[in-house]
Amino acid sequence: MRKNQVAVVGAAETTELGVIPNMSQLQLHADAALNAIADAGLKLSDVDGFATAVETPQQVCHYLGIKPTWVDGTSVGGCSFMLHVRHAAAAIEAGLCKTVLITHAESGKSMIGKAPRSIPADSLQGQFEAPYGVFGPPSMFPIPVLRFMKTYGITHEQLASVAVVQREWAAKNPRAMMKDPITVADVLNSRMIAYPFRLLQCCLVTDGGGALILTSADRARDFPRKPVYIMGTGESVETPMVSQMETFNSSRAFKTAGPLAFREAGIAHGDVDHLMIYDAFAHLPLFGLGDLGFMPHEETGKFIADGNTRPGGKLPLNTNGGGLSYMHSGMYGMYALQESVRQMRGIAPAQVPNARISVCHGVGGMFAASGTIVFTNER
Amino acid sequence: MAEPQRARPKPTPETQHFWDGTKAGELRLQRCDACAHVYFPPRPFCPSCASRKVSVFKASGKGFLYSYVINHRPAAPGFTPPYAIAVVELAEGPRMMSNIIDCPQTPEALELDMKLEVAFEALDDKITLPVFRPAKG
Repeated sequence: MRKNQVAVVGAAETTELGVIPNMSQLQLHADAALNAIADAGLKLSDVDGFATAVETPQQVCHYLGIKPTWVDGTSVGGCSFMLHVRHAAAAIEAGLCKTVLITHAESGKSMIGKAPRSIPADSLQGQFEAPYGVFGPPSMFPIPVLRFMKTYGITHEQLASVAVVQREWAAKNPRAMMKDPITVADVLNSRMIAYPFRLLQCCLVTDGGGALILTSADRARDFPRKPVYIMGTGESVETPMVSQMETFNSSRAFKTAGPLAFREAGIAHGDVDHLMIYDAFAHLPLFGLGDLGFMPHEETGKFIADGNTRPGGKLPLNTNGGGLSYMHSGMYGMYALQESVRQMRGIAPAQVPNARISVCHGVGGMFAASGTIVFTNER
Repeated sequence: MAEPQRARPKPTPETQHFWDGTKAGELRLQRCDACAHVYFPPRPFCPSCASRKVSVFKASGKGFLYSYVINHRPAAPGFTPPYAIAVVELAEGPRMMSNIIDCPQTPEALELDMKLEVAFEALDDKITLPVFRPAKG
């Protein structure tokens, strides 16, 4: 795909984030969509392309009254929205549609109008993982961590520092769920969830949503907000079974999607001013820094523990506070994208001065899928 | 009311031989007749070269502890926390999720790379699960 041909011209989250007991999941989609439409200065009738995950496109389109000529229901977990951005950019460039709305919403905490996740007993996961006591992401996502630590000499303290640094970012963000400072000792003394991970190394569980509006870069100049261009994109999937990853020393999906996006954007790692790496759990930024090629995996733990990703550090990472401290409704990718867009617009609560290139990297499932978007505010 | 039970696998036509094997006290894997690739989970073709000519064979049952978590909360139905959810690398190459029996469920006792051997745990008259225990000797 050619770079900078498509831009984000509307971006918004739900009016509230956190615990939203007065809205169903479907209405959260609508709330985010209406906010994004207003942000872009459009009407819903201007939308001719639509993408969402978990909920079907027909469900959300009918609820909103949208009559699309292009839809994408790619649903590969929390990075689905990165893939939607990639697919929407290709569709706009191909002339299949002009204005794409991407929505995410999840009543992850209040569970209103949300179908429970279940594993069929005759699926491969139901036969070869579920019988061994996996029960939700905290019991599955950290399974590779001990091998990763042994291979690369990563310490428990370094993995705890991920949560500490992200809380520093969250403290600057009025909309973050958790803002009180924490220490490495606090993390290592928080209650055990699934060894080696404790409560403060696991993402929040909240309600919320977000929406993006994309159009061609040529049209983007006529919108009220500063356009944020899609500079590069990548995607891949590996396996829905964490036990069947090629290796626990890296993520094949990360190693495919990330470099694809960098190549398409034509950038080097030193060009990146701002970075988001979907942090459902504390090990993901380490996998991401290594698999995206920022540094050897061995150095990732020390890099974060030494403060390089904190406010004022040389590689600002997860500047909204991340899934660990900002919010995590279940499919956090949309919130990572929202923060990248805010940073590129120059309006983030913890704004990185003069940031011109933002890399936004997402995970779906337990390393099952990945999507990477490189944004820029310069065409 | 009955106690909540651990999740029970339901075989499909492609996996039936595996569950027949565990019931008979065998851990069965598949090997590609064309390229010799050994793979898991079961399927009637080779995921490496796409050949449909594959054979089922009895694995050694030996392996080592590749990685694990010790789950504290929330616990799955039928499990008493803390319990380890492990991934075992088999001598033949493939990895599989399992539980480690006859071993304290602690980081001190569960050493990465420790040698393991298969054991079988009957859940009911249809399903027997392969689990692993520290290898003797």
